[in-house]
Amino acid sequence: MEVLAILLEWGPYLLGGIAVTLGLVLSALALGFLLGLPLALGQVYGSRLVSTLVSVYVWFFRGLPILVLLFLFYFGIFPALGLDVPAFVIGAVVLGLRGAAYQSQIFRGGIQSVAEGQMTAALSLGMTKWTAVQAIILPQALRISLPGWSNEYPELLTDSAVCYAIGVMELLTRASQIVSQTYVTMPVYLVCALIFIALNYGGMYMIRRTEEHFAIPGFGNQEVRS
Amino acid sequence: MSSEYILRVEDIHKNFGDREILHGISFDVKRGETIVFIGPSGTGKSTLLRCINQLTEPDRGRVFLDDEEITNCGLRICGYRQRIGMVFQNFNLFDHLTAVENVEIAPVKVRKMKKEDARAKAMEELRRVGMADWADHYPAELSGGQAQRVSIARCLAMDPEVILFDEPTSALDPELTREVLEVMKDLARTGMTMLVVTHEMGFARSMATRVIFMESGQIIEQGPPSEIMNNPQHPRTREFIGRIEH
Amino acid sequence: MEPAVFLLQILIPALWQGLIVTVELVILTAPFGLLLGVLIALGRQYGGKTLSAACAGYIVFFKGCPLLLLLFMLYFGLPSLGITLPAFTAAVIGFVLCNAAYNSEYIRGAILSIKDGQMTAAMALGMTRAQAIESIILPQAMRRAIPGLSNEFIYLIKYSSLAYMITVVELSGAAKIVATKYFMYNETFLAVGIVYLALVTLTTFAVDRLEKRVSVPGMSGKISG
Repeated sequence: MEVLAILLEWGPYLLGGIAVTLGLVLSALALGFLLGLPLALGQVYGSRLVSTLVSVYVWFFRGLPILVLLFLFYFGIFPALGLDVPAFVIGAVVLGLRGAAYQSQIFRGGIQSVAEGQMTAALSLGMTKWTAVQAIILPQALRISLPGWSNEYPELLTDSAVCYAIGVMELLTRASQIVSQTYVTMPVYLVCALIFIALNYGGMYMIRRTEEHFAIPGFGNQEVRS
Repeated sequence: MSSEYILRVEDIHKNFGDREILHGISFDVKRGETIVFIGPSGTGKSTLLRCINQLTEPDRGRVFLDDEEITNCGLRICGYRQRIGMVFQNFNLFDHLTAVENVEIAPVKVRKMKKEDARAKAMEELRRVGMADWADHYPAELSGGQAQRVSIARCLAMDPEVILFDEPTSALDPELTREVLEVMKDLARTGMTMLVVTHEMGFARSMATRVIFMESGQIIEQGPPSEIMNNPQHPRTREFIGRIEH
Repeated sequence: MEPAVFLLQILIPALWQGLIVTVELVILTAPFGLLLGVLIALGRQYGGKTLSAACAGYIVFFKGCPLLLLLFMLYFGLPSLGITLPAFTAAVIGFVLCNAAYNSEYIRGAILSIKDGQMTAAMALGMTRAQAIESIILPQAMRRAIPGLSNEFIYLIKYSSLAYMITVVELSGAAKIVATKYFMYNETFLAVGIVYLALVTLTTFAVDRLEKRVSVPGMSGKISG
């Protein structure tokens, strides 16, 4: 079949997009975590000013559509800063900054749901606030946050496709190229969709296994008893 | 034409997995009787009640409401359930409706009553249980005793021929238990046929026309309260009565 | 060109036109996305084996497939199967299909959070399952689902921007066109960003009011059972 032949011929090219897509997603997850956690800590434990700044950051990066953010950074901010970087980098940066906004709220929820008694007990043992946060609050907060945080993955995965708009050669862009070159449309799109779905559920499976690995008996998603 | 027995329960068996909960329960109920089931917890009394109105389907056995078989009757069970009321340990009031809306919804939806008639009927039943002043309150705003009384009114609005009470006061604080028991006593006095699963021995003693002692999914002994409570024959009944009398 | 002139004579009129299209997209999608979401949630939760599986499959596909890809399929792909949709229609259909998938998950979560006793009591009163679902389960579930559903509505406002990628000139598209034509990238995109922020903030505010209006004492709307 003609369609099958074309799929086989272009298969490797399309599958190569998986690396780019996952690269975008994982970079964004990492950047989101590295920036999101400090943002959350700043919001919960920081001064009024810090807390407000974080709120503004979150409001901005969550309120704008991903498409607008990509355009803004690709056409506006990066050139204005004189930075000539590949579209991939811009895509990863934008997804990461936005991811940090979302993740900071997840972590904030996690931190705030650790019972106050935990901090009280830690301080009464003579720990500094910072030690208490590190050793007592965060280990619990991060575990509590894990389910919400893991929802970031499917979101980033589907959002990575929007990087098509700035020419990143991820899965969707490659699929479009194949379509325009071969005039085979639905089969290519469907295969692309199936790849996304597989990445989605494969990734969630890995995350669930990780969750189970780190689980502590009796420590659920519910209120933590102090 | 009515039969002598409003309810006949024949050889009910029920398993959950590989555990047999009910081992062949049979008994008959005459109109106006108040039957109280007593026995250790977890011996299938609640399951039995649910097997009567088919909320749980028995594995074997038959139930007759006024000589009509209601086991294995498919969708017709909805019609039969309208004639059997049930009061739950956790009230199960509809959280998004006020008290009066709770009471009138079944007459409207199931009996297809006109809204005004249903509302009037609902207020009448709320008055009967002493909750008319709380008609516009939501379940979350009611105490346990109040909520349970509303749930009794909800049953009564359907004019049932028999009411099943599944540990109606077990979830209530002792002070609130009394108001519910009073309503139940009034009901019994008006001649309502009642099957009650309860640990309230005082109620059993004063209001039951018959006490049935169940253990391990079987009826061990049954009879008038004076016999069962004061002079039980069977050793296991004696043991149970002896324990709870302390 | 002077910023003020640019702003008033070019940018604002263009953005206004785009905003109208965005609002049209959202207003058309929302009710259908909600309705389809309810149907899928009910099918998934209460349907027989086949229906339940079909609904589960729907959710897997339309959550896992990126919205942009879906739009491409509808606009660029369907013509090869003989179905040519206008861009706007394709966009709305794509949004509805995607929105419904996410909505159905929130609704199903809300249904699951309702205590078993509610259904039991309804059936004990002689209601059929359908009656119980309609008058007891759904009214409560929909209230509990409001936070999630409104979250999805806000997502819809933002993701309507993707319609530009299949040639529908909504708000983002209008901004891009102006920005490219006049080389005013930062200004234009920041301006359109402000419009989106305003839309999102207004919607959040309106949803909060809605939640308070339909709330029932004791039903806090939190999905915690």
